[in-house]
Amino acid sequence: MRIIVQAEPFDAGAEITALHAGNPAIGAVTSFTGYCRDEGGQLEAMELEHFPGMAEDALRAIATEADNRWPLMGITIIHRYGRLKPGEPIVLVATASAHRRASFEAADFLMDFLKTRAPFWKKEHPANPENKAHWVEAKASDDADTERWQIED
Amino acid sequence: MKMLYFAWVRERVGTGEETLDVPKDIATASALKAWLAARDEGYAYAFEDPAIIRVALDKTLVEDETPLAGAREAAFFPPMTGG
Repeated sequence: MRIIVQAEPFDAGAEITALHAGNPAIGAVTSFTGYCRDEGGQLEAMELEHFPGMAEDALRAIATEADNRWPLMGITIIHRYGRLKPGEPIVLVATASAHRRASFEAADFLMDFLKTRAPFWKKEHPANPENKAHWVEAKASDDADTERWQIED
Repeated sequence: MKMLYFAWVRERVGTGEETLDVPKDIATASALKAWLAARDEGYAYAFEDPAIIRVALDKTLVEDETPLAGAREAAFFPPMTGG
């Protein structure tokens, strides 16, 4: 498992290659990249605060759950923090497995849990200086998304 | 005991980190929130809706009734918005 919390941007292509490299038994790699949207030009920047130490622990715990649940051959999670501009990547989740189903589902699962269990907080800085910066509120739909993974037996 | 505050909890309290002498009769995470809320206006504002403030003891998320049980660090923050 490659779990990284960093301020710097990442290279999704290089991470996908690295995940697959050296293991020809891997037949599937799924990746998800989350970007900072520009909100129709309304966003100047997004500030991402995090809890150092707990952020890595939480991402590792989520990755371990995925690893226990699906036959995976590799997991990469990279989550950035700091001041990000619209268009910049925020998070990368990539999973490797022999066949596609495990890889697809694990990536989906990881993002659902990352949304609610990773100690990061987003603050939006509006482009219009008359508007105040505000903290993004957690969404009930994100909690609902995690519940759908319980219904599996 | 070390206290950590994040996001708007940090902004309202006025600091991200401090060390406090917590009285021995403060036994649970929710008791700690109530004790902090009473410190001054900033804390009261931060903890005005204590139910939504999440707590992590020694970097593990806990429920309100979880005993403090010698934890070295308590962190307080709004629901997470990562990803």
